[in-house]
Amino acid sequence: MDFKKLQEIKEKYKAEVEFRKSLDTSGVDYKFDILVCGGAGCQSCKSNSVQEELEKIVKKKKLSKVIKVHGVGCLGLCVKGPIIIIYPNDALYEKVSPNDCEEIISSLMQGKLIERLLPHENGKVYERMRELPFCKKQKYIARNNAEFMSLENIMNDYIALDGYLALYKVLTSMSQDDVIKEITDSGLRGRGGAGFSTGKKWQLTKVVDAKDKIVICNADEGDPGAFMDRSIIEGNPHSIIEAMEICGYAIGASQGYVYLRAEYPLAGERLQMAIDEAYKYGLLGKNIFGTNFSFDLEIKHGAGAFVCGEETALMRSIEGNRGEPNLKPPYPANKGLYGKPTVINNVETFANIAQIINNGAKFYNSIGTETSKGTKVFAITGKINNSGLIELPMGTTINEIIYDIGGGIPNNKKFKAVQMGGPSGGCIPAKYGDVPIDYESLKEYGSMMGSGGMIVMDEDTCMVNIARFFLEFSVDESCGKCTPCRIGNKRMLEILEKICDGKGTMKDLDELEKLAHYVSENSLCGLGQCSPNPVLSTLRHFKDEYIEHINGHCRGGVCKNLTKYEIDKEKCVGCSMCFHNCPVRAISGEVGKKFHIDPNICIKCGKCYEVCRFHAVKRS
Amino acid sequence: MCNCDKFGTDEQEKSFFDLLKKNKNKNGNIMPVLQKTQEIFGYIPEVCIKHVSKTLNLPESKIYGIITFYSQFSLTPKAKYNINVCLGTACFVLGAQTVLDKVLDKLKVRVGQMTEDGKWIVTTCRCLGCCGLAPVLTINGEVYGNVKISDIDRILDSYKD
Repeated sequence: MDFKKLQEIKEKYKAEVEFRKSLDTSGVDYKFDILVCGGAGCQSCKSNSVQEELEKIVKKKKLSKVIKVHGVGCLGLCVKGPIIIIYPNDALYEKVSPNDCEEIISSLMQGKLIERLLPHENGKVYERMRELPFCKKQKYIARNNAEFMSLENIMNDYIALDGYLALYKVLTSMSQDDVIKEITDSGLRGRGGAGFSTGKKWQLTKVVDAKDKIVICNADEGDPGAFMDRSIIEGNPHSIIEAMEICGYAIGASQGYVYLRAEYPLAGERLQMAIDEAYKYGLLGKNIFGTNFSFDLEIKHGAGAFVCGEETALMRSIEGNRGEPNLKPPYPANKGLYGKPTVINNVETFANIAQIINNGAKFYNSIGTETSKGTKVFAITGKINNSGLIELPMGTTINEIIYDIGGGIPNNKKFKAVQMGGPSGGCIPAKYGDVPIDYESLKEYGSMMGSGGMIVMDEDTCMVNIARFFLEFSVDESCGKCTPCRIGNKRMLEILEKICDGKGTMKDLDELEKLAHYVSENSLCGLGQCSPNPVLSTLRHFKDEYIEHINGHCRGGVCKNLTKYEIDKEKCVGCSMCFHNCPVRAISGEVGKKFHIDPNICIKCGKCYEVCRFHAVKRS
Repeated sequence: MCNCDKFGTDEQEKSFFDLLKKNKNKNGNIMPVLQKTQEIFGYIPEVCIKHVSKTLNLPESKIYGIITFYSQFSLTPKAKYNINVCLGTACFVLGAQTVLDKVLDKLKVRVGQMTEDGKWIVTTCRCLGCCGLAPVLTINGEVYGNVKISDIDRILDSYKD
């Protein structure tokens, strides 16, 4: 591979990607390009069958010269899946089923769009994807161009969108120090959670005098509710390969590993395919672009252990050991994998690198806040209308995310809090909704950036129960090496369970807080040090709810021992809706007469409360 | 080379010994070897630990330590089909318990117990992250969303062999 060849590929496929990106129809002889989302979310609602069906119909109607059908990486709007985009209309169809395909093709041929499949928001129909509020406010850097690349031709499409240009630039016209300076100046900080300066990390590894150095991409994305890394690897794997090579050049490494969690088989498949192709094109291997730089890349598969996301545990796991963390220092920069100096960066961090090299540090550090530059990808889930993946400039406020992009809380409920940073993070109450999100502000309010998972909670969420949920996770995933984490978390969980059961005392609260500080100060690794955060942050912002539990009341109606459902005889009209929806047949009565809940059978699932249109079911 | 009882089909044992041959003395490859072994047999038969130990030159205790650390590895045989019912909050509220009861009733097993023919095992989990499709169950990873009790017969019967 040389520069001329790269340009040739770019020229050859440029028209196809510009057709999608700039909606420029001049360079191609077909009329439509349909992209079917092939992210893991959409695939689990059978987007594969949609793609197959579309291809079948196009073939049957002999339209292969007119309509192209491709797969594409995750588009972010997961709750509306399976999703397809039609270029050059730039139209997005949601919840497409194979039965819709015939109509989709025939309406396209008539020059029409199908209104029922287009996104509706606040009574408005959006014919163009780029006009959707969900898309309009986003700024794509890490997830750049993913929606314009077809999965079937991803290598060429990536090159056509200036892929591997940054690598060429770095190898032929920049010194190692130039690269590190550019990344440092950009202000990019680690997107895995702690937010350490990426340029500085590279610099620390570069200055170590050693023959062999190693680059690792941490793709062990374990926080429940976060899936941005998966989406980047599935939809744009070459951006990671290119960035790891740039890092390798900057620090003087020729070997890279991607540590991928076992739960992401699809990402593994796509990344392996991309690596194989990069080797075939001479973009991995010996003497890349005819320079002295050589780089090999290999995937290492995890085997299901959350703690392996911690960098020292991750390295032990690659070496073939139990994934138990080590005390730092020594830091990986000095003594990492197999004792060699190692840079470990998260997937999203790497996804920014080529963009920074291509567009300059200034382009990147002009976005964001004083201390946190660039954009961040958030996975927004929970009690929110548009759950999915979004990329926004640092400094966007929580309210903007929830109301402008997320479309607000379902069923007109009240927004109560947002949980960020997974089991290591904390809850931020609604009253701080105007706080601009960056590394520092989140820390100030007792949470953390983490990997960017945002779980939205409404008035029906019990904060004590949420703390219990995350602590249970940490207890399950503690590796057991150090005592504070192994035993401390377990004791904390027992106290929380006691409180949720309505058996807690005020003394328990003091005990809980004391223990939380102890665990956080004395644990060996990040998992243990951060595991009390969900407890500490809820104690800080929602102490009144803890006290209510001790007094025998759960306002969210979630803690079962503290909740009772009854039917208000005056309001009940005898419609039998509750009777038919009760999963355990705890409700009895006759249509037209008053219904009754048997508290001995009731499992307090709350279904009757939700379905009653007359507000006759009372929760106390 | 081995006098012990058979621990898999001829084909499985052949793939396993081929795997060992390829990795002789490469003790850094312990994770991929175990992952591949699990793939071949569906679990890691105890006797395999001995073979792996000899070939890779690693103590059996260490291999056992690795197997028990990672949740992906299993020392007990798995059923042909693992039916996993999500009991996450969203699914539960939409009736996942009744779905689970129906599945258990049809297969005549308890949660975690294998059917006598080794075909099915029913497990539950907290959240599969497909809350928009609740209630959800998976069969060997294949996702079934918006499951109704009346669908269960049809879904299970589609797995004939």
